[in-house]
Amino acid sequence: MSESKIVKLHGMLANKEISCTELTQTYIDAIQKDNAALNAYVTVTPETALSAARTVDEKIAKGETIGLLEGIPMTLKDNISTDGIKTTCCSKILEDYVPIYDATVWNILKKQNAVLLGKTNMDEFAMGSSCETSCFGGAKNPHNTDHVAGGSSGGVASAVGGNIAVYGLGSDTGGSIRQPASFCGIVGLKPTYGAVSRYGLIAYASSFDQIGPITTSVEDAAAVFDAVSEYDEKDSTSQGRKEAPVTDTLKNDIKGMKIGIAKEYLDGVRDEVKEAIQKATDIYQSLGAEIVYFDLPALKYALPVYYILACAEASSNLGRYDGIRYGYKADNYFDVNDMIKKTRSNGFGDEVKKRILLGTYVLSSGYYDAYYKKAQNLRGTIVNAFKNAFTGCDVILAPTVPMTAFENGHAVSDPIETYLTDICTVPVNIAGLPGVSVPCGFDKKGLPIGMQLIGNTFGEAKILNAAWQYENAANMFKAADFGVKL
Amino acid sequence: MKYEMVAGFETHVELATNTKIFCSCTTQFGGDPNTHCCPVCIGLPGTLPKLNKKVVEYAVKAGLATNCEIAEISKMDRKNYCYPDLPKAYQISQFDMPLCEHGYIELSNGRKIRLTRIHIEEDAGKLVHSRGNTLVDYNRGGVPLIEIVSEPDIRSIDEAREYVEKLQLIMRYIGVSDCKMQEGSMRCDVNISVRPVGSETLGTRTEIKNMNSINFIAKAMEYEFNRQVDLIESGEKVVQETLRYDDVTNTTSSMRGKEDANDYRYFRDPDLVTINVPRKKVEEIKATLPELPFAKQKRYIEELGLPEADAQLLTKYKKIAEYYEEAIKGTKNPKTAANFIIGQIFRHVENEAEKEAFNINVSAESLNELIKLIDSGKIRMNLAKSTLDKMLETGKKPSELLSDSDMAGLDENTFNELCQQAVENNPNAVSDYKNGKEKAIKSLVGYVMKNSRGKADALAAENKIKELIQSL
Repeated sequence: MSESKIVKLHGMLANKEISCTELTQTYIDAIQKDNAALNAYVTVTPETALSAARTVDEKIAKGETIGLLEGIPMTLKDNISTDGIKTTCCSKILEDYVPIYDATVWNILKKQNAVLLGKTNMDEFAMGSSCETSCFGGAKNPHNTDHVAGGSSGGVASAVGGNIAVYGLGSDTGGSIRQPASFCGIVGLKPTYGAVSRYGLIAYASSFDQIGPITTSVEDAAAVFDAVSEYDEKDSTSQGRKEAPVTDTLKNDIKGMKIGIAKEYLDGVRDEVKEAIQKATDIYQSLGAEIVYFDLPALKYALPVYYILACAEASSNLGRYDGIRYGYKADNYFDVNDMIKKTRSNGFGDEVKKRILLGTYVLSSGYYDAYYKKAQNLRGTIVNAFKNAFTGCDVILAPTVPMTAFENGHAVSDPIETYLTDICTVPVNIAGLPGVSVPCGFDKKGLPIGMQLIGNTFGEAKILNAAWQYENAANMFKAADFGVKL
Repeated sequence: MKYEMVAGFETHVELATNTKIFCSCTTQFGGDPNTHCCPVCIGLPGTLPKLNKKVVEYAVKAGLATNCEIAEISKMDRKNYCYPDLPKAYQISQFDMPLCEHGYIELSNGRKIRLTRIHIEEDAGKLVHSRGNTLVDYNRGGVPLIEIVSEPDIRSIDEAREYVEKLQLIMRYIGVSDCKMQEGSMRCDVNISVRPVGSETLGTRTEIKNMNSINFIAKAMEYEFNRQVDLIESGEKVVQETLRYDDVTNTTSSMRGKEDANDYRYFRDPDLVTINVPRKKVEEIKATLPELPFAKQKRYIEELGLPEADAQLLTKYKKIAEYYEEAIKGTKNPKTAANFIIGQIFRHVENEAEKEAFNINVSAESLNELIKLIDSGKIRMNLAKSTLDKMLETGKKPSELLSDSDMAGLDENTFNELCQQAVENNPNAVSDYKNGKEKAIKSLVGYVMKNSRGKADALAAENKIKELIQSL
């Protein structure tokens, strides 16, 4: 089974089996060795990491007790603002941008002496499913570097899956945590909208974005979620964690738990993935859970609703990149409008421009009712469909992605097909629900398959409990051949 | 043909909250460029707005004071447009669910100017052009504004003037804004069209943007009215456009053509939650509203018997009205206090700002003390006036300036004696008077006043002296 790396390392630090500085240096060395192949990190921060490590070592030397996440080497997706450390969104338009404040999640972890190894690769402004829209090139899959790590949080997944970070925080707007976790054979949790503060997360689509952990085990995901799910007065949409720490109930018995399966989630899903899901239901039944089947016809609206609303919000969120205050500015221009036009034309990549155009279009007068307004109404329909579904089950089981990791270059060459692969992940973002992706097998090529457990609003405890029980029973985790071996 | 003016106003008023609408930066006017700023109000990537509750409260106050209905549920929207003074490329405003709706301002001619809505929004920064460069100062960015939108109910420049003055007066009274047009804390856009008198249909309108003086508004409207009438008379058409008023040439000119008509792509701001203002909260806010100037004026005229002019002067600034009401507490003649304030005290507060602040040497309590001395007959008006001048000069109270004998009054014997002395000691004046020089009586009265140290009643003295001269 996949043991908790965080618990293990915490024990080693507390028992002085290894110093935090040694541990950190081991990871820094591993990054130096393996990042060239994985392209997971876009900025490495050894000084920051070692300075935090020394603080932790001093505490341990003084005999003080340390917290669970204290001294654990980790990473942040490069759209989470870090004071004094470049935060680029992997876009040319922000390639030299250094924030002057910390995102709330980083502020929380920093206070707990988390060891930040660096910032990780992502699709430009989190728009993409392969990490290949990054201006630094895509992150590679640690199980097979001819394949992508997935996206948009591809860098975090590649780093954690490739053992060059213990855990990382990504962001999930339409699947950007769960999909790369699935591709890389690890765990990714997209929390309930509002459970984790968005303050400092550079917005893609504000009503969908949510920060969450990417880890190698469910227990680690639970520990990180417990640490960062705090109410934040700086984020009006933040509510924090509503229930007790999810770690408390993580290993509870799941006898009698109702696990729902909607056939719409399995439409168009590759056979190998379907078979893996079928095997998972068998395991759940053997654990005493009850499998219930139901229909979720509203799911057919999910993709258009997501792409209309997310692009609309993005077109507004990305308006601020004009070259005036920070970031890239075009060199030659004849007036301010020309400067803004050239800055945006040269600074944004094609995928970002495409979504800005789409979003601008759907909000324009004359098209607003036909697209934006209709999509908003359908969002309500999907929210209600899930609400209704949860009257009959505790959690929903579905594939995370209809397939396994794309080959490098494939996603960019067929963008529409790539959009369609978001079908299993976007519904959760539309409805603001929590979803966790857990490894559930491998395809013929040896690429990981992921399954997703979806919960009701603020139902993180239930899905993580179900995920842990499955992980414990099925033992589907396989460490990739990169990075630090513990 | 005779034409009439049809005008509506969009008025932006900066709210006097201490902090900005979505962050805790100061709203103070001025300051070195970009010093009243933080990551939120310069829209750094990843920052989120947090609505200042005071802004909602102030806007509700403004709505209640202008007879609006207050929405229990409203929301914030994004108005998307690209301009360097707008750091997020959208302004957070309210589109289809404003906080206040359906109000009105009543003019002195009895006409009601209907208010369509009042909504809250953030101000933008400011472009500063210097030596061929354009710089941006974001100090003003995020300062809370209300936009007060009127129906096209204004029919003349006088009405426009009164409408703006009344808005200003109300907002200052309820303390939500200082409405300093010269500092930009109140700015007006005027939508104006013309039509033949008697016509019910609206003509094509133009919008004159961003005016920051009532006189400019009047001049611009006059110019624009004549321009539109001339166009129509000469068979041409008024083009719907946005105009800028140039106060040097006293003309309007086009700001942007139709082809640039903005599509603001409004949509709900996903970073902010629904604004709930429960009925109970509205009632609470209502209870804190002061008596409004027009109600005060009416009361001063009807209950205190003041002339309309006095009532207007005393209610124009809230602090003056408060001062006046404090000064007349427990006194018998409200007109006396009004005369003192308007006649003597106003000489010490000459401009608007000084009247607004109304920082004067004489406290309302001191003035009250002085008036009570008159009421009780302890001092006469002349002495009271000269005492007030001394009070204004020294800041002392009447009791510190007047001796016991000053306040002892004048007994009848002494009074009679002084009148007798006046006649006896001033034979020239007496004979002048007898020879028809009416004015000569004044110097005789003056003698009595001087020797009674102002305690004599001048009118009584005049009558007594006339009586004595006749009996000579």
